[in-house]
Amino acid sequence: MTTDVKDTTQAAPEYIEEKEKPPIATRWARRLAIVSILLAVGLPMISLLVWSFAFRWNYPDLLPSEWSMRAWSYVVDDSSRVLEGLWNSTQAAVLVTILAIIVGLPAARALGQHDFRAKSTVEWILMMPIIVPPLVATMGIHQIFIRMNLTDSLFGVALVHLIPSIPYFILVMASVFANYGTALEETARTLGANRWHVFRYVTFPAISSGLLVASMFTFLISWSQYVTTLLIGGGSFITLPLVLFPFLSGANHSVAAAISLVFVAPAILVLIMTSRQLSRESSVMGGFGKI
Amino acid sequence: MTNVVLKHLSRRFGDHLAVRDLNLEIASGEMVAFLGPSGCGKTTTLRMITGLIQPTSGDVLFDGESVVGIPTERRGAVMVFQKHLLFPTMNVADNVGFGLKMAGVEKPEIARRVDEILELVELPGLGDRKAHELSGGQQQRVALARALVVHPQVLLLDEPLANLDANLRITMRHLIRTIQRELGITAIFVTHDQEEAVMLADRVALMFDGVVQQVGEPNSFYKRPATARVAQFFRNSNFLPGQRTGNVVTTSVGDVEVDPDLVPEGSGHVVLTVRPEEVQPVLDGSTEGNVVPATIESVIYMGSYTQLEARIGDETWNVQTSAAFMPKDGETVMLRLPREHLWIVRDDSSEEGAVAS
Ligand SMILES: Nc1ncnc2c1ncn2[C@@H]1O[C@H](COP(=O)(O)OP(=O)(O)OP(=O)(O)O)[C@@H](O)[C@H]1O
Ligand SMILES: [Mg+2]
Repeated sequence: MTTDVKDTTQAAPEYIEEKEKPPIATRWARRLAIVSILLAVGLPMISLLVWSFAFRWNYPDLLPSEWSMRAWSYVVDDSSRVLEGLWNSTQAAVLVTILAIIVGLPAARALGQHDFRAKSTVEWILMMPIIVPPLVATMGIHQIFIRMNLTDSLFGVALVHLIPSIPYFILVMASVFANYGTALEETARTLGANRWHVFRYVTFPAISSGLLVASMFTFLISWSQYVTTLLIGGGSFITLPLVLFPFLSGANHSVAAAISLVFVAPAILVLIMTSRQLSRESSVMGGFGKI
Repeated sequence: MTNVVLKHLSRRFGDHLAVRDLNLEIASGEMVAFLGPSGCGKTTTLRMITGLIQPTSGDVLFDGESVVGIPTERRGAVMVFQKHLLFPTMNVADNVGFGLKMAGVEKPEIARRVDEILELVELPGLGDRKAHELSGGQQQRVALARALVVHPQVLLLDEPLANLDANLRITMRHLIRTIQRELGITAIFVTHDQEEAVMLADRVALMFDGVVQQVGEPNSFYKRPATARVAQFFRNSNFLPGQRTGNVVTTSVGDVEVDPDLVPEGSGHVVLTVRPEEVQPVLDGSTEGNVVPATIESVIYMGSYTQLEARIGDETWNVQTSAAFMPKDGETVMLRLPREHLWIVRDDSSEEGAVAS
């Protein structure tokens, strides 16, 4: 962005908008924030990494006295079902995100841009899964899913993951749509753009960073589901949390650490990728994701 | 070249009738100004013409064919919105070229025409800027360029010059007028500034409260306002009620003669009016030809003329006279209401005895 501005100001001198350098205090505060975030996220990761290679690590020692690849070879072994869980988790999270976009985008648009009679009721219903524990809803749905033959399947699990995630998706997108309004689309239509062109050239670019955030939320909510997956997946559809949780209370710290890393890494990857994308779209998100 | 007909057009929002039975025919290549105070239904009418909202009843015809069922993007009516909205994710050149791109024009041709129109709106070389890097007036001109560049069949302008300074306004008015004439675009220009309407338009349609009050050439609003309210909107609040018999109106300050060739026939209760700049002070003591006594209530020296407030009977009149005429407050002077400038308005305060139409 900054380089763009500089180039054009030479051609057109009458109106120059220079990015001001923030005051020193702000810059230091920003650096401090970055460092503390890195420490908060990074230190536990390092400790996990060390743990995952540790064979013997007794109390006062700074580092393990014996190292081993045991935990990692267990992780990649089929019998541990970690890789299967990773694959299933990924599939479920991606599918949930796609479903959320398909179902949630039109709903969010309606809520954000139109006034209709039952609007507040709909908003209230949407909030329900946030208020009522998903476990309650899932138990009820379980019966129906059994009858509809949706249990023990990827699709069933994805559907049930929608319950806790779609309220967030819709609420985020509804505010994005409300912010953006309908006037730009109307302008585009009078200029001859059909509905598809309006979406492609006007709506989508305007909402894309919001959509990225909402999708990221959805992905991560699905990624961390435990109880809902356990109930609907019935133990045959194994996701990473299902593999990981028994180890957390167990005595084998190394394996727990290794699986935890496998569990956290994609989430962090998603976060880093999206935040980089977002900081490029600075004008739309007003600074979300750029620290 | 498209002729636009609005037939019994109405639009209701809940209980509120925003536009009421609007009938108007706009000839191909004509520029009509919709004039009226805020909230009178100007934007609503434009939106019905574009198809962005549907009329509650009535019809919109382009070249004799109803367009009510046709989606906005296929009507060929381009609208410049009141809030000049540029696409925030596109730069200026992409904004301006958007309509051409939608029409499937080749890229080099788009680039050429975009450069050309940016030159015309006095924003050369700003093609790479993002919308938020422009001033309000610059954005407005980009929005104008974006509409003009597609050479629309019908051009709808919703107060497109509101953010511009006086000089730019004149330049842009001129530009709009030139392009509109050259290409024979049928145009509707919305404004609440009567001077702008008069300057720019072939005809003016004045709206109050969703109802068209008067349609006609600009000067008809000065010379022949239909109602007292129309006259007032054009800064004429000089009214004098009286009783008409033939060509003579008997008022509280004496008899006044009207020109039967100018005012419509009628008799009974009427309201006379003369524009402030047509009222003449009588200095030579003559009493011939519609001379009435007036008490001066205030005198404001305006440089090139004098602005008087004068009491005639029970009415307060505004009079503009040459700067040489400087009466004192409270002085009684004689004023001539020239026969050739006397007009009879419909009294819309009390509907009885409506005369002119
Ligand atoms: N979408 C809507 N819902 C409800 N009422 C509306 C809507 N659009 C317009 N109105 C009402 O209709 C009337 C006419 O509005 P419109 O926007 O046409 O006015 P306007 O003449 O363009 O005024 P301005 O000069 O302020 O732009 C107003 O009273 C307005 O409140
Ligand atoms: Mg308006």
